[in-house]
Amino acid sequence: MVIVLTSISVIAGLALGYVNSITAGPIEEIKAQQLAEGIKAVLGADDLTVTKTDKLENGTVRYNTDKGVAIQTTDPNGFGGKLTVLVGFNDEGFIQGYRVLETAETPGLGAKAGEWFQKGQKGDIIGKKAGSLTVTKDGGEVDAITASTITSRAFLRCVNAAYASLAENKEDAQTGASVQQCNKEEEVTNE
Amino acid sequence: MNNIKVFFNGLIKENPTFVLLLGMCPTLGTTSSALNGMSMGLATMAVLVFSNFIIAAIKKLIPDMVRIPAYIVVIASLVTILQMLIKAYAPAVDASLGLFIPLIVVNCIILGRAEAFAAKNGAIPSIFDGLGIGLGFTWALTLLGACRELLGTGKVFGFNCFPEQYGALLFVLAPGAFIVLGYLIAIFNKLKKA
Repeated sequence: MVIVLTSISVIAGLALGYVNSITAGPIEEIKAQQLAEGIKAVLGADDLTVTKTDKLENGTVRYNTDKGVAIQTTDPNGFGGKLTVLVGFNDEGFIQGYRVLETAETPGLGAKAGEWFQKGQKGDIIGKKAGSLTVTKDGGEVDAITASTITSRAFLRCVNAAYASLAENKEDAQTGASVQQCNKEEEVTNE
Repeated sequence: MNNIKVFFNGLIKENPTFVLLLGMCPTLGTTSSALNGMSMGLATMAVLVFSNFIIAAIKKLIPDMVRIPAYIVVIASLVTILQMLIKAYAPAVDASLGLFIPLIVVNCIILGRAEAFAAKNGAIPSIFDGLGIGLGFTWALTLLGACRELLGTGKVFGFNCFPEQYGALLFVLAPGAFIVLGYLIAIFNKLKKA
């Protein structure tokens, strides 16, 4: 009885290890590729080099590039759970672009966040100064996604947190304080 | 019972969603669009075919007392393998269904078929049972997803059927899943009797 169960588990373990060894490479590649595309998209540049990557304790990741800074932040209180956004800032600290990396928002409602806040759309935040962006319902200037105020709030919290992190980044650069460095090859996207 | 009969049994007569009412959690949770429903159905089918086959093949080696843990180890391993393959080769599917794939382990259709069919029949009929039940689950989820997507957003598989603003958003949300499922079960049983 024990032997049978043990041997089944061992065989299953071996099979898992084998598949993992095959798929680990492609999975890493896809993640790295998606991230690279995301950074390029939010900074509006086809060609850039990441000069420094900072992984902060609260889950925020900063990518310093020669074309600006891209910052990845997560807000746990979206409508459907975690919402992860990558925001690009130009040198003056204005929003250059954004991309929703991870979302569990409702399709047809909150899931529109990927387009809603882009340039020319109803909730356009591109070119704005982040930090205290809020939806009109809360007295701000950004139009919330129709029937998805919770998602919109979570999204703007992400953007504002990214801006706060950008400000810290500048201080760090000035004072020369060292932040935890991480290798570029390391896993950088969210699970 | 011949294999073809086993196959159609799962597809219609013992359809897991509309007749057996098994696996309601992924049925309600993943069918916010036709594509999501179909992907979930196919993923479940893949696991079901292999788990039925493996369990039918090794059932004589497993003592009765530990058969459930043994089945669970087999099913969980298959699901994990599937999850890794999806992550590596179908990132789009992973993005929309990522959370639900690991939950296939506890989908009662799979353990249910292992107990009810694979443990009593040979390996080949078990494959056909897995295919039949899996496809039955897939078409049910696709239909449910298509109805919800159409009523909720005016699209089916992403193609516009009518302007989005006339969609009743209720159907994309959880209550819509219950309403559509209820009506589909009623219609299905009416048609089956006729």
